Amino acid sequence: MSAPSKPVLFPDQSGVKLRHAQLIAGSARGRLTTAAVIALIVGVALFALLRLDFSVARLGSGLAQLGVFLGLMVPPTPGTQLMQLVKALAETVAIAFLGTLLAAILAAPLGFLAARNVMTNRIVQFVTRRFSDSIRGVDTLIWALIWINVVGLGPFAGVLAIMTSDIGSFSKLYSEAIEAVDRRPAEGVISTGGSKWHAIRFGIIPQVMPVLLSQVLYYFESNTRSATIIGIVGAGGIGLFLAETIRTYDWDKVAFIILMILATVAAIDHVSSRLRLSIVGQRAGSL
Amino acid sequence: MASAIVRLPDAQLHQLSAGYRAELAARRRTTLIGAAVLAGCAILAGWVAEVDAAKFAANVHRFADYIGRIFILDNGRHVLTDVGEWFWGLGRWTRQLVDTLLIAYLGTLLGAICAFFLCFAAAVNLTANPAKRFFARRFLEFCRTVPEIVFALIFVVAFGLGPVPGVLAILIHTAGALGKLFAEVVENIDMKPVEGVIASGGTRWQAIRYAVVPQVLPNFASYALLRFEINVRGASVMGFVGAGGIGQDLIEAIRKFYYSDVSAILLLIIAAVMVIDMVTERIRHGLLTREQGRT
Repeated sequence: MSAPSKPVLFPDQSGVKLRHAQLIAGSARGRLTTAAVIALIVGVALFALLRLDFSVARLGSGLAQLGVFLGLMVPPTPGTQLMQLVKALAETVAIAFLGTLLAAILAAPLGFLAARNVMTNRIVQFVTRRFSDSIRGVDTLIWALIWINVVGLGPFAGVLAIMTSDIGSFSKLYSEAIEAVDRRPAEGVISTGGSKWHAIRFGIIPQVMPVLLSQVLYYFESNTRSATIIGIVGAGGIGLFLAETIRTYDWDKVAFIILMILATVAAIDHVSSRLRLSIVGQRAGSL
Repeated sequence: MASAIVRLPDAQLHQLSAGYRAELAARRRTTLIGAAVLAGCAILAGWVAEVDAAKFAANVHRFADYIGRIFILDNGRHVLTDVGEWFWGLGRWTRQLVDTLLIAYLGTLLGAICAFFLCFAAAVNLTANPAKRFFARRFLEFCRTVPEIVFALIFVVAFGLGPVPGVLAILIHTAGALGKLFAEVVENIDMKPVEGVIASGGTRWQAIRYAVVPQVLPNFASYALLRFEINVRGASVMGFVGAGGIGQDLIEAIRKFYYSDVSAILLLIIAAVMVIDMVTERIRHGLLTREQGRT
């Protein structure tokens, strides 16, 4: 560090360095912790690379293949299936919409049961929470496979799958929103002689509604993405075509389907973010 | 003070209450129209998605049957009567679960590194060039909009079966999702340290290293941990398309009706996800409290 060309930025630079050497160097313990954390992260990563059979040769040949595929993707074309693809895409959006809507309705009671400030019975609260945790731990695709056993192949199974996995997420989000409310309105309702139901209806719901609606809209966006893949296991939507065209190496069709998905998701994002803004903005203004 | 409430003159009162009623009616009307539009959309969506209430009612008992059935062993007895038989493949499944966690870990780590190098180009306060920012943002958007399973399907063809395509798929999706969040964190930093480094002759990357990173690191780490949790779930189904992990055995068990295996594997996944949830939440909590203690 003592290169002769090092410029002196201010007078007494070396004195400052000497006097605050400890501050500049940082504490030995802090540096040791940092080193240990980095070593741990890198160590696990190296172990993972070894265990999961990563090799430069494999990556290289794979990337070369991928380059070939990318070349074959241009120009994207729907082939002769354009109408079928549009129908499948409509199905996808319908699955996402209906799944989100049903989950949003069915999760409402669970959200109240899991909220600490509404449900005073700790056991009910605990059971509800573990129940929704378990639902959330299972991926949408797995739920789709299970529902296919019940209602058969097709988009209906997809709706039910999205609904089931979202019930878990929504009841968690709802209960968190309900726990964060200002309790004074509910107390006011109780003190003027209202029942517990009145307190929920007039003291809690007006406060949580905008938050919940905007969360539901956000989930609708993300469910559109999930619904695009649910067809891979046979639960309707565009995923079936996507998986098929990838397996038959119709790369130009793959590119077209991916572009369709991107456009649809962008459109839905746009609509729902405008809706979200108007809901949140309108309620905030009326308060 | 019996009559502390002043009663307004009738004319004024009438006007006010009429106004109130009109306001209320308008709000009711908006709500009704909203509900009608929603119901219309729901009916349309139900028609498109082939929702069949009769079929559902006739078959819904099968769902309960299925859930019940996966807890019955092949010899017809409840799984709890013979836990050893239930978890007969524990060693195999544990190894696959470890693979799944490693896929999620590696995908998250490498994805976070990519996101780190991309997020500064997407942040408005560090990249003045709008064209560069536009491309960085669109690229991140593409990475996170295409579902990871789709990337996995394509990569399985290119890289062959196994965990490698799974890791790469999660990597790309994570880079897109974290890149956006990271860029938002960077946009909210205090710019004075950055200006200081630039003013004393530092380069762009020196400014990032000494002025930006110390401010954003706890938030970055917290978001990456949250993503890890999400990716564990994602990695558990990568095996559905042949991209490694426990999903392969799970889809086989479901498709071939190895009922008790389904419940055993699902329970292992749920337990793993819950443990990861708890651990990451504690680490994140620690990170955030440390951050608050410093400022």
